[in-house]
Amino acid sequence: MSSPPAVEISALVKRYSGRTVVAGLDLTAPAGQVTAVLGPNGAGKTTTIECCEGLRVPDGGTVRVLGLDPQRDAGALRPRVGVMLQDGGLPTSVRPLEMLRHLASMYATPLDVGPLAERLGITSFARTTVRRLSGGQRQRLALAAAIIGRPELVFLDEPSAGMDPQSRHAVWDLIRELRSEGVSIVLTTHLMDEAEDLADAVVIVDGGTVIARGSVRELTSSVDDATLRFSAGPDLDTASLADALAAGGPHDPGTEHRIQHEGDGDFTVSGPISPATVAALAGWCAVHDILVNRLSIGRRTLEDVFLDLTGRSLR
Amino acid sequence: MTAAPPPVVQTSAPALRRVLAQAGFETKMILRNGEQLLITLILPVFVLVGLTRSSVIEIGTAGATRIDFFAPGVIALAVMSTSFTSQAIATAFDRRNGVLRLLATTPLGRGGLLAGKVLGVLAVEVVQVVVIGAVALGLGWHPVATGAAVAVVGILLGTAAFTALALLLAGTLRAEGVLALANLVLVLLAVAGGIVVPASRLPGALAHLALLLPSGALGECLRGALMHGTLPIASVIVLVAWTAAFAWGAGRLFRWL
Repeated sequence: MSSPPAVEISALVKRYSGRTVVAGLDLTAPAGQVTAVLGPNGAGKTTTIECCEGLRVPDGGTVRVLGLDPQRDAGALRPRVGVMLQDGGLPTSVRPLEMLRHLASMYATPLDVGPLAERLGITSFARTTVRRLSGGQRQRLALAAAIIGRPELVFLDEPSAGMDPQSRHAVWDLIRELRSEGVSIVLTTHLMDEAEDLADAVVIVDGGTVIARGSVRELTSSVDDATLRFSAGPDLDTASLADALAAGGPHDPGTEHRIQHEGDGDFTVSGPISPATVAALAGWCAVHDILVNRLSIGRRTLEDVFLDLTGRSLR
Repeated sequence: MTAAPPPVVQTSAPALRRVLAQAGFETKMILRNGEQLLITLILPVFVLVGLTRSSVIEIGTAGATRIDFFAPGVIALAVMSTSFTSQAIATAFDRRNGVLRLLATTPLGRGGLLAGKVLGVLAVEVVQVVVIGAVALGLGWHPVATGAAVAVVGILLGTAAFTALALLLAGTLRAEGVLALANLVLVLLAVAGGIVVPASRLPGALAHLALLLPSGALGECLRGALMHGTLPIASVIVLVAWTAAFAWGAGRLFRWL
């Protein structure tokens, strides 16, 4: 018997007082995998997840979680699905282990609180009330709360927000371990390295719809294979440089280099990068008396793809 | 985790266990919170001792001793502080902090959460009645012996009305707004709502108006029960009507997210 996808969303629509937040979104999160949902603020990520958690009722489309309807089958789904909310959802006057024990009492066969707390370093702040925990400590407690009931599927809304690097790696290790035990994980994140490290599948959401999907490798190797990064002075005539690069080497006609100033004199060149491109760049810089103090060539990162797709302007 | 769970489908704990766990959790939260204890226990005891041991408020007690006259109203005040002020504030902050959302995704669910809250309120009220009752008995209180069961009915009716109002506020207003409003309303109703000082002793139009307030009705019910062993039917109707109105409003307007 093949298990249904962990999450299957088709044509989801959600409006808040007339404003469309999710506009016909399709998304499938395969069972037993880590699916990362990326998107700028206001893209509709959290609303989509909340429809899956049964917290919001869709205005259109269908949502299936473990093959069930989050509204109609809520009673059957709740023990099988773990949730970590973006803002924690923890009462402020409670102590961590007390909260975990309380949540554990809602399930027939929960995890043991002790080992889980030990594992996430919660024991070290067990006597502190939630009110006085740091952001990272709260996040670790919220993650423990999400998995105390041995869920088959976990929704993690920005799981490592506000965490120090040690906590973040502890959380990532735990997520990998959950996956190896067959747990399906759907997480939203702003951290590209988090998605690159963890995700089997990445879904990029913007404007309430999915604008790209695939594995990290598929997404980063799709259009332009490589990116050239270099660092020079900020006053650089990118149009003139682009002409020089276009004249510089043999490449397919019709392909152009795009040069982007990332700020602080850091530039990225995307497009066909060949040895001739590097030579043309160095030559142009020599002519203009510009010293390149760093130059590297690499695959596009997920962040490059993300920014190309969703735009670089602040919103 | 380290001991991998067998590939079974997780199920919920039995519904009763979930609700009782939540009720115990809520009760602990209230009894542990200093500010909540202040308004739910210390304030009523203070009012009780103040009213019976001093004559700051000159009032005709219709032949009853001051303690017999005031103790039922102070118990009513305590019920109001727990089921209304304390519950409104706690729920409003739980809503703001996402606690309601998180618990709604666990096997407890929204229905279990509500049931747990109501049972938690009742549990705190038991503690209040025991403490205030003990202090009152120490001060020479002689309640009507047959009134206890009748008083329980009155307390349940009042709790229903005030808890519904608490949820209506907590589910619609900002947490800071609820904090201010719930305390203000408590003070206003305590002073002029016919709860400790009966409506008939209030000046002017208040004497009639306060009888129609849930505070006045609860006060009348407990005085009726503990001084005469009966519930005044008009006050029962007032409480039932407020409960219906507040519950209808809360059911329609409560925002979980």
